[in-house]
Amino acid sequence: MSEHALKINGLNKVYKNKVIALNNIDLEVKMGDFFALLGPNGAGKSTLIGILTSLINKTAGKVRIMGCDIDTEFSKAKSQIGLVPQEFNFNNFEPLVEIVKSQAGYFGMDKRIAGDASEECLQKLGLWEKRKSTPRELSGGMKRRLMIARALVHDPQLLILDEPTAGVDIEIRRSMWELLSKINENGKTIILTTHYLEEAESLCKNIAIIDNGNIIVDTSMRALLEKLNEESFILYLKKPISEKLKIPEYQFRLIDEKTIEITLNTDKSLYKLFSLLNEQGIEVLSIKNKSNRLEELFLKLTSNSNS
Amino acid sequence: MTSKEQLIALHTIVVKEIRRFMRIWIQTILPPAITMSLYFIIMGNFIGSQIDDIQGFSYIEFIAPGLIMMSIITNSYANSVSSFYSSKFQRHIEEMLVSPMPNYIIIIGFMLGGVARGIIVGIAVTIVALFFTQLQIHNVGLVFITVLLTSALFSLAGIINGIFANSFDDISIIPTFVLTPLTYLGGIFFSINMLPKFWQTVSLANPILYMVNSFRLSILGITDISLQSAMTVMISFFIILFFVCLYLLNKGIGIRT
Repeated sequence: MSEHALKINGLNKVYKNKVIALNNIDLEVKMGDFFALLGPNGAGKSTLIGILTSLINKTAGKVRIMGCDIDTEFSKAKSQIGLVPQEFNFNNFEPLVEIVKSQAGYFGMDKRIAGDASEECLQKLGLWEKRKSTPRELSGGMKRRLMIARALVHDPQLLILDEPTAGVDIEIRRSMWELLSKINENGKTIILTTHYLEEAESLCKNIAIIDNGNIIVDTSMRALLEKLNEESFILYLKKPISEKLKIPEYQFRLIDEKTIEITLNTDKSLYKLFSLLNEQGIEVLSIKNKSNRLEELFLKLTSNSNS
Repeated sequence: MTSKEQLIALHTIVVKEIRRFMRIWIQTILPPAITMSLYFIIMGNFIGSQIDDIQGFSYIEFIAPGLIMMSIITNSYANSVSSFYSSKFQRHIEEMLVSPMPNYIIIIGFMLGGVARGIIVGIAVTIVALFFTQLQIHNVGLVFITVLLTSALFSLAGIINGIFANSFDDISIIPTFVLTPLTYLGGIFFSINMLPKFWQTVSLANPILYMVNSFRLSILGITDISLQSAMTVMISFFIILFFVCLYLLNKGIGIRT
């Protein structure tokens, strides 16, 4: 068996209007990985996913899924993929259970097995009670969960999620994160695209950033975050600051008399900062990251790429 | 995908298609039955009673097979074009496209959906016809073959229309401007022997003439066209349309970017 769930070589996509959506892309996703594919709108993420799932024809290049070439072994390759697309794409007039069962049928699953698998997936996604409803009767979050249930019904080895938590409330998003983590822990490879960068940061082990059809970053999440050489923190103080604050070697600004923003190089310790504050009788009540670290990096990298 | 898995996938599409048109039977099954009742009342009873027998049959007997065939043609076409286009429009055709099933299974699935609707509507119209006239089947095997070939052929034509359609207007252009005129001129209401020589020759270019006459032969035992010609035309069109559908789907025209 291949060690790569996905292997892409020299992938190109040029649309009829001459727009180059993907420019000679090479990418590898290891078996069992939880992989984030990030990029701004129009970067080429959905085109890439479309090619992997054969919804979009590629212009050139090679794609192998679980070791199977999508040109020559398309049936084998496709049977290993579960897709959660960005937009809802089910028949709005069909009951949920039929939507999921039909998907199993399209993958050639026997009626009885398809029935059991559909029940299991709908149960897992908390939709079993709604199985006789049609998608028109569901909330946005439920529709997203239905798409995940449908993608899981044939037990794919590679799950591709194109912004699966878009428009979903925080509670459901967290429960979806848990579910996806469990699926990954069970050995399935997951490729996730999302605009919620904290989602990618907390779930994914490896990451690629795509911009203007080019892969500009392809590394581990840890290695990428280490590239960020400074971080900003907000400190909430117990008492207002009466005298002029002296914390040499640290960049800081007063947001108000009880709140400070401090920017720290990654080689400087928080311990030393607290000692300096302590010496001046300043007590810190709480501390938080000013912004998501991955978000900062993402913006920096994509703006570099554009310039 | 093994043959068994392909059969399961095909069965899934066909069941889904039948469920779809049966769920909306008031839009799909009932209207043709009512329309054909009106044809039988007006064309058969009121006008037909004033017309002499044609080839030894009363006018209402003569037009009955043609009317049944007309409803089979329009409904098998309508089923596949509307189903295929709406699955494109709502994007749930992607459920099939991401699956490992080959394109010919998708085509056969939609085609059999159209055939099923054509047959069910055909049966409904036949029941209606029996209220107005007596029908004796001349050749059961030929009835079966003609109905299957005709409905399959027009289902395939409907799929092609659905592939190219970009709006709901596009799915009604061909039925309105091509299918309906060809059907009316396809010998349902007249024998081409009643036409001047020039128009008889022109009529031979209309494929529906062959289907109507083949069906009339199977029911009444009379025809303007030889059975061999009718079968050649139907089988040829069926093969050509099937491979056109397959080519279009393999190329991804209208369904893949």
